[in-house]
Amino acid sequence: MKTFCLLPLTAMLAVSAAAQVSVPFERIRDSSKEPGNWLTHGGDYAGHRYSTLGQLTPANVARLKTAWIYQSREAGRWEATPLVVDGVIYITERPNVITAIDGKTGRPLWNYRRPMSDQATGCCGAVNRGLAILGDALYVNTFDCHLVCIEASTGKERWDTVVTDYRPGYTMTAAPLAVKDKIIVGISGGEYGVRGFLDAYDAKTGAHAWRFWTVPATNQPGNETWGTNDAWKTGGVATWATGTYDPDLNLVYWGTGNPGPDYNGDLRPGDDLYACCVVAIDPDSGTLRWHFQYTPHDVHDWDSCEVPLPIDATINGKPRKLLMQANRNAFFYVLDRATGEFITGKAFAKQTWASGLDAKGRPILIPGKEPNAEGVLVYPGLEGSANWPAPAYSPLTGLFYVQTQDDYGQIYYKHKADYNVGNDYEGGGARNLLGAEPYGALKAIEATTGTVKWEFKEQSSCDAGVLATATGLVFSGTSDGYVYALNAATGEPLWRFQTGGTILAPPVTFLVDGKQYLAIAAGSALFTFAL
Amino acid sequence: MPLPICRALFFLVGAVAPLTLLAQDHLEPSPPAKPAAIVAGASESPVDLDQGRHLFEAHCATCHGPNGEGGKGPTLAQPSLPRASDYESLLKIISGGINGTEMPPAHMERKDIELVAKFVKSLNSRPREAVSGNVERGAQIYAKKGGCAQCHMLDGQGGVFGPNLSDVGLRRSPEYLRRSLVDPSADVPQSYVAWRTDISLPENFLFVRLVTRDGQEISGVRVNEDTFSIQIRQANGAIKSCFKSELAELHKDTGKSPMPSYATALTTNELDDLVAFLTSLRHNK
Repeated sequence: MKTFCLLPLTAMLAVSAAAQVSVPFERIRDSSKEPGNWLTHGGDYAGHRYSTLGQLTPANVARLKTAWIYQSREAGRWEATPLVVDGVIYITERPNVITAIDGKTGRPLWNYRRPMSDQATGCCGAVNRGLAILGDALYVNTFDCHLVCIEASTGKERWDTVVTDYRPGYTMTAAPLAVKDKIIVGISGGEYGVRGFLDAYDAKTGAHAWRFWTVPATNQPGNETWGTNDAWKTGGVATWATGTYDPDLNLVYWGTGNPGPDYNGDLRPGDDLYACCVVAIDPDSGTLRWHFQYTPHDVHDWDSCEVPLPIDATINGKPRKLLMQANRNAFFYVLDRATGEFITGKAFAKQTWASGLDAKGRPILIPGKEPNAEGVLVYPGLEGSANWPAPAYSPLTGLFYVQTQDDYGQIYYKHKADYNVGNDYEGGGARNLLGAEPYGALKAIEATTGTVKWEFKEQSSCDAGVLATATGLVFSGTSDGYVYALNAATGEPLWRFQTGGTILAPPVTFLVDGKQYLAIAAGSALFTFAL
Repeated sequence: MPLPICRALFFLVGAVAPLTLLAQDHLEPSPPAKPAAIVAGASESPVDLDQGRHLFEAHCATCHGPNGEGGKGPTLAQPSLPRASDYESLLKIISGGINGTEMPPAHMERKDIELVAKFVKSLNSRPREAVSGNVERGAQIYAKKGGCAQCHMLDGQGGVFGPNLSDVGLRRSPEYLRRSLVDPSADVPQSYVAWRTDISLPENFLFVRLVTRDGQEISGVRVNEDTFSIQIRQANGAIKSCFKSELAELHKDTGKSPMPSYATALTTNELDDLVAFLTSLRHNK
């Protein structure tokens, strides 16, 4: 006869508590201490997407094989970065589905499915780019502009807060950013004449904490850059890609979108602050500490939502706290992230709109490049030389790895823009060149100078993000379905796998039971690979 | 060193995808001016027509010719337009383009689109380009002396190396077809699609020459291409697929056609007959 030892109730509760998901702020802040997990959208608060896991190396990566594939029941391409916590993967599926997946087998553990209004419309489909985790909860933005808190262990909803009314054209697609006790969220809708903002909510209750308007009102500094009419009310400047955070300076860095109407600047004759900027925000109060505008008075739809990456490096013998961005306007910028001071900038792809940047980083415009009724050819095209796909940075090589488009021009048109609530408000458009074949390229850019060290050419534009490793690898994907690995120092291809689905998401790496995996969304499936 | 290109007769005029196309009508000489087939919602003033002409020249003339006489795109100066039988469908085509063709959506506001449509409508009384050849004789030349069917498909018959010509008369003007027979590389089918991640590639015709690492020389028309591989169709119809890592050389002959010129192979009258036959091909499915 067997006997079973019954645990005391207190011991059972202790075991249960230990099994609960627990990711406090300090754990995210110190995420470099646990490379087996992927705790925030960018891998760490700096968004470096750099892993110190050592099992996948240039010597063995050619032997990488599929481990498992999780396929969605919903159609539509995924754009999400998964989070990975202690062997469990959390991912957003289209349109409003969150799934927890067992990292060892690919079997789902729970689904959260939220009904969504079919009235919400955005420029680019009901996509979602991922989650934030804080404490024992997950946070997700919904396409119809709610922020939802979900219990990470079970998928049960805790609260659901309306961020804004979607009907004027707002949507939400970016992953939230969890900082201390707050959840910071951005909005989309720059093509619909919305007025952009960045919001923060109390992580426990969902109560609204602060709002930073990216288009200043008449009583606020910067409003004068919109002219004297009411253009600021429909000025766009969405905040549709997740920012980064520096815990030491306690500043959040967030890229802002284009002003509206996109191609017709007649109604907004000034610089249009804070469009096409990076803004440095105090996450406790929502106060603007500084801003830097990459493209004043943009008329080419060159949002500056590309991820701003903080790094520490030495310039001219001096250690500096830097902020890098490969901008949609084709220039790579290096700023001082404590002050916003411009340090250096250089074009990383073909561009024909500026002869350079002045000492303060302001573009020196080439005349005649504004859209008009007959059409004007400008490089880059409206998708830009870089865009929202997440870059990576390796302190090992000092290189910034980013997916780009090159030899890419479009003919820009301007026409009259009439604002009607909830409708497209662009005042023009852009057309490709007949027969032209621009190309995509993963470029390795020297972080302190902006010099392109190498490029890996791709057949098409590419919206996959990048992952760099301390073993000297760079992983990314292509629109034509490949996930691949390159030598981080040279760009030499070392491994590839054809997934059969368009890749619009960044790869991540993590450990399950001590084994290193690579994961990336392709089509509407999550592919994982291991040796 | 260039590879020897296929000597098979290659007729590139047709293209897989038509351009800005509203399409010319039939082959007979122009009938006397008659009431427009398209009825606009408002009468056209000379000022409107001038503005419409100005916009047409900026947005449309590259393909349709400055007077709508056609070119890469079909002739618009004709009594009726097969794809735009009324004013509303004309507006729809101008504003939205035609899927699967080279005709892109216009980037103009509604008012300007209406002005262009009115100008296009006003072209219906212009004399059309005369097509002097004989359709039946042209069909014989196509099938026999021209050898066109070796490379081109027509209503399910023929080769697949060159573009399908079943509706080429709907998409190209007679003058464009004549020029393509004489100088095949004068223009090749192109697309407004910038990023090509799938089999939309043939819309942008590209002749490719490969040299494999073991020295094999292969040429053909690109069927598909991605970051790591390329697939081409050779003159005999066979598909060759290569990873780019297997290639020593990859030459993309942008803007070139492997089709030989018919300038001396056919007489002037034979060219006229062949143009007449091709212009009569207008199976719009």
